[in-house]
Amino acid sequence: MDVLVIGAGMVGAACAYHCAAAGLRVTVLDRGGVATGTTSGGEGNILVSDKEPGPELDLALLSVRRWRILGERIGADRLELEHKGGVVVARSAPALAGLADLTGRQRACGVDAVDVTAGDLPALEPNLTRDVTGGAHYPQDMQVQPMLAAAALLRAARDLGATVHTGTEVRGFLFGRDGAVTGVRAGSGDRAAGWVVNAAGTWGGEVADLAGAPLPVLPRKGFVLVTEPLPRVIRHKVYTADYVAGVASDDAGLETSVVVEGTRAGTVLIGASRERVGFDRRMSLPVIRELAAQAIGLFPFLADVTLLRTYLGFRPYCPDHLPVIGPDPRVPGLVHACGHEGAGIGLSAATGHLIAQTLTGATPDLDLAPFRPERFAA
Amino acid sequence: MTTSPADIAVIGAGPAGLAAAAAARGRGARVALLDSAGRPGGQYWRHRDGHNPIPASLRQDILAGHAVWHVEVEADGFVLHTTAGEVRARTVIVATGAYDRQLPFPGWTLPGVFTAGGAQAMLKGHGVPVGDRVVVAGTGPFLLPVAAALRHRVTGVFEAGSPLGFARHPLAVARNPGKLVEGARYLRALHGHRIPFHTRTAVVAAHGDDRVHAVTVARLDRNRRPVSEREIECDAVAVGYGFTPQLELPLQLGCDTRLDADGSLVATADEWQRASVPGVYLAGEVCGVGGAQLSVVEGAIAGAHAAGARPRRSLLRKRAALRAFAAAMHDTYRVGAGRPADDTIVCRCEEVTVREVRESVVDLGATDPRGVKLLARPGMGLCQGRVCGYATACLVAEACGRPVTAADLRGLAARPIAAPVTLGNLAEGVEDA
Repeated sequence: MDVLVIGAGMVGAACAYHCAAAGLRVTVLDRGGVATGTTSGGEGNILVSDKEPGPELDLALLSVRRWRILGERIGADRLELEHKGGVVVARSAPALAGLADLTGRQRACGVDAVDVTAGDLPALEPNLTRDVTGGAHYPQDMQVQPMLAAAALLRAARDLGATVHTGTEVRGFLFGRDGAVTGVRAGSGDRAAGWVVNAAGTWGGEVADLAGAPLPVLPRKGFVLVTEPLPRVIRHKVYTADYVAGVASDDAGLETSVVVEGTRAGTVLIGASRERVGFDRRMSLPVIRELAAQAIGLFPFLADVTLLRTYLGFRPYCPDHLPVIGPDPRVPGLVHACGHEGAGIGLSAATGHLIAQTLTGATPDLDLAPFRPERFAA
Repeated sequence: MTTSPADIAVIGAGPAGLAAAAAARGRGARVALLDSAGRPGGQYWRHRDGHNPIPASLRQDILAGHAVWHVEVEADGFVLHTTAGEVRARTVIVATGAYDRQLPFPGWTLPGVFTAGGAQAMLKGHGVPVGDRVVVAGTGPFLLPVAAALRHRVTGVFEAGSPLGFARHPLAVARNPGKLVEGARYLRALHGHRIPFHTRTAVVAAHGDDRVHAVTVARLDRNRRPVSEREIECDAVAVGYGFTPQLELPLQLGCDTRLDADGSLVATADEWQRASVPGVYLAGEVCGVGGAQLSVVEGAIAGAHAAGARPRRSLLRKRAALRAFAAAMHDTYRVGAGRPADDTIVCRCEEVTVREVRESVVDLGATDPRGVKLLARPGMGLCQGRVCGYATACLVAEACGRPVTAADLRGLAARPIAAPVTLGNLAEGVEDA
């Protein structure tokens, strides 16, 4: 049966690739370009470290395995996939106690989490502040260059027979007599499909509305700072123990909990702010000042480093901070793969894999019940 | 440093900014004239110590060494964040000028290959000629003063277009007799130094190992394709293909922009030099490349109007004539990226080749320069696309089979941080750092 994927970002690309690899005929539509939405506004995190035990961690662990396979099949170089590992830093006794509790529970779920004393942190990150109480090392954490990864997966999908149409907006759905989706009404004309996958990310709610199956996907704005290129001075993805609390927070106001990492290009990326301000694309100086201050707190040498640019993105979040993955029972033929908040790059590999399993009638590697689309119905 | 707000902050102390500041001050406004450089004058009045053309009345208003890296709009005016502290003003006049536009050709990144403006700056600012056998190449009338200043050190001037194109614009030329005299004077100077001036000829490659020692020049046919080539020995090259307006601040402010006749993205100004954003004025190259004379006139109009006065009608007439000439000039000296070979470097910061740019479109599915930038990294390095942005936009558009659009250039020109600032600078004043 034919699959039509809406969205040429990281999640759409992973769905397209896995479906094409499973033998399905795939078409990808995006109103913009390849990977120009939220995929281009992130850092390329593939993290298990920042997740509490639960369905999202299970999904993340599956995704880490799937990313390794993608790296072998497509080439780690073409994805700029790096097994760099994560280091979480606690800077107070309560923070360290909380972190030790978390790593213990994560280990019970299969996460490779190593508690590290303050004395051992410099061996992992020589330029880290000495003002630390301890930390944890997560060798499974990885990074990709997200735009390159999405483009490379779409390229691989095309090699498997998929077609990709950018600049093509979906304006409505086509339905059969039984109410099932039979295709979409796109800018370039009607397109028939047996399955339509909503991988529209932050705009997944709008697409779901078009199909008459509302989803509460909303934007959560974040800034990333990029420094001038430096020699490899930061080896891991380094963040403070507060970050986990920030990711899971329901606070509507501004939160910043810093994540610092080097990239292959030599630049250092500094994230991550979280704001619920709709699709406001304006630069916010207070936010980037706060991120700069926190980054210097972790790595004092950064005070003398030049900021090259900043960028921003809108994470697609759902009220329970879990993505929406799987067929929508309200509209047969409609399948969702969106709402991954700030973890879409990391979770995309598992998401695409699970969608392909579902659409080919295989038993998914993971129970999709926690991600079911109808869970929000009041 | 935070001072009491000025009535008008003029950003850029080149011809447009100096004229704007003088006009505003002459009408009683309190003016702050900011420039990133250590001394005013901009790229045009780049004089060595002791040759300062700045009127004494303005000197107290000048804030040198103030590079504006971000502008914030507030309810009652603007906050300019500079490398030397904050400056507040009720009205802003953006006169940030332009810099040399570059087009890649094999060897353009070799030591000894300069921009025409860079060569001029070294000579005027530091008294240092870039070489003893200099090839001056590119397009546009700016090549003439560069060659004339280098005098006997110039091996030849290679103009890709032809000044004969001005014949298509007799009215524009007739309204600006001074321009004709100026051009003739430069050509006479070249002739006096026995410097050959070739038209419809371009430098298509520079050769050398650790430094340029020769260039290949080619005659161009009507479609600008090279038809016959020869090699010329030299020890330096000065290349300029027009100018790129510096639009970071207008874009940060949300000003409307458009594609100008020379292919540059420029900010849109009304008859009083007002931008589309209330409280913002534009003067000089940021609203269309037209040279120092036009910049001065636009600055005078902007400064007077921003200070609440009605600019003199004679200024408006002068501006119309100079703009007509600029339009004729852009039509005469058209610029295209050409078709550089696949292994030519486009972005020297990130060492991105023409091939990688084309593959981002053909293989990876990018549809615009911003997408290509994210995939292949042209414009991601230290210069943030200031050098390679225009060429990248041209190459991407060509690979996509369409002309360059204003949106293409906007995607490469938007820089929320307009000048280098350290993280320590940025973090100043944040509590609990």
